[in-house]
Amino acid sequence: MEKRVTFGRWTIGILFAVPQLLLIFTFFYWPAGQAVYWSLTLQQPWGGGNIWVGLDNFRSILANADYWNSITASLVFASISTGLAMIIALVLATLTDRQLAGSRLYRVVLIWPYGIAAPALALAFRFILAPEAGFMAAVNKFWPGFWDPGLNGADAMASVIIAFSWKYVGYNFIFFLAALQAIPRSLIEAAAMDGSGVVRRFWDIQFPLITPTIFFLLVINITESFQDSFGIVDIMTAGGPANATNLMVYKIYSDGFRGLDYSGAAAQSIILMLLIIVLTIVQFRFIERRVHYR
Amino acid sequence: MVERTPILNFFTHLILFAGFVFCVAPFVIVAIAASHNLKDVNDVPMSLLPGSDFWVNIKTAWTTAGLGPKLFNSFIMAAGVAAGKVIISALTAFSIVYFRYPGRTLIFWLIFVTLMLPLEVRIVPTYAVVANVLSPYQAIMDVTGLSWLIEKVSGVQVSLSLGLLNSYTGLIMPLIATATGTFLYRQFFLTVPDELTEAARMDGAGALRFFIDILLPLSRNNMAALGTIMFLWAWNQYLWPLLITTDQSHATAVTELKQLIPNVGGAPEWHIAMAGTLIVMLPPLIVVVLMQRWFVRGLIATEK
Repeated sequence: MEKRVTFGRWTIGILFAVPQLLLIFTFFYWPAGQAVYWSLTLQQPWGGGNIWVGLDNFRSILANADYWNSITASLVFASISTGLAMIIALVLATLTDRQLAGSRLYRVVLIWPYGIAAPALALAFRFILAPEAGFMAAVNKFWPGFWDPGLNGADAMASVIIAFSWKYVGYNFIFFLAALQAIPRSLIEAAAMDGSGVVRRFWDIQFPLITPTIFFLLVINITESFQDSFGIVDIMTAGGPANATNLMVYKIYSDGFRGLDYSGAAAQSIILMLLIIVLTIVQFRFIERRVHYR
Repeated sequence: MVERTPILNFFTHLILFAGFVFCVAPFVIVAIAASHNLKDVNDVPMSLLPGSDFWVNIKTAWTTAGLGPKLFNSFIMAAGVAAGKVIISALTAFSIVYFRYPGRTLIFWLIFVTLMLPLEVRIVPTYAVVANVLSPYQAIMDVTGLSWLIEKVSGVQVSLSLGLLNSYTGLIMPLIATATGTFLYRQFFLTVPDELTEAARMDGAGALRFFIDILLPLSRNNMAALGTIMFLWAWNQYLWPLLITTDQSHATAVTELKQLIPNVGGAPEWHIAMAGTLIVMLPPLIVVVLMQRWFVRGLIATEK
């Protein structure tokens, strides 16, 4: 879509874009290029610039069991938390959309969690799920040793997933509800007159009409699970126990800033970037379809 | 509701109420835990009746983590990012939509691509840039021979250096360098009728006048939505402030939470930790509650 009427003096036009261009050059394109450069070179231990090593950094990362472990952990985290957050949100949004008494209250309250900073909710959940105090401690009293995120990797992963899903249920809820409310009421009413029940109407009318939103949220949730998980992991588990929750972004951070292995961290960043770019491209394919339905 | 379905309605209420509890319970538990004393908070199971130490704990958390200045820093950062975004995105969108110049499509795509890579994945090199924000320009001058030329001509060796670690500018600028708001404005500007532009031009308004007196007042809703969402987003940033504020004086409230995690060997002071969590949670929660309309609108619009 283009404007028919525009302003003539295009030099002024470019000036309007200059602040943004300077910012993204300095803080986006340059660092991104730098990451590519670092990933292909190795920093000399006693200064003296970087030497070119080609794809060696990538080879050594991909040969590293810790890295594969972190990829697996990220994928497990991404799939379970995305699944949980989306299914719970879809159920809640569909039921809220029935507009029974009190649905306004749910519409207000269910989005609160999304406003909370990941580390703050992580600290809250660290207490709620702590094995020695809080609420899981009560369960541990019945089954001693049932729950200990400090020692058991699966328990740690579960706590991180619970905290993340709690936040993103609110986010998904907003989008699902908006999508459901965009469906014309007359469609639902016509189907009801033809004798279809609530469940039938959901699967045959509402669900197909919100598939674009589902695809969209799927991609957003997965990409967010790569980024927004950092604060949760750092506060709740610090990547442990035994690297069980060492997700990709957390590993980049700890390799780069604690291990001072810039080249390795840069190579990991590149791999993560590629992963996210692929996901984004997939998303834009589906955005085309989103527009279709309106 | 189109038919009478009493049984289904019952379950709808039941499930929605469960969802309500699921969303609210963590807030309630944090608030109750923050009101207990050291012994009660570690009781198994913890009593759900509020204790009497709420204000004492809030005060302790406030002073141990130094939350006063930290909240102030968070506020500066969040307000700075929100204001920067609202202004810079409007300028760029205006340039892209209302002018025709060579390379316009290129600029559009250059900005569009920044949507793809979040700060978290390019964190290490961004940190290096912020440590000396002029280093890209130095490198360009070195490579193009410009600094050699300057040195020959004036005898001055060019070494540009401006560190932004531990500064508000360093906190804020990289967070503005994305495209989120630009497309929100672009979509809106495209819906502004051409007749309005024509009329303004006929009355003798130039580009700047049209932008300030007509376009910006029309985009007030978009500004509120974008501002709300960016304020929250910036307030909740964690990794970036954690990295670049090595000095306590610029640390933000969210990064300070880490100080409140009870040590493994020490007393499990969960009541203090929860009081601190409550303080840090509260400002964004207030923004969400008060600005709900803009928040929802901003969320849905910026992601399109």
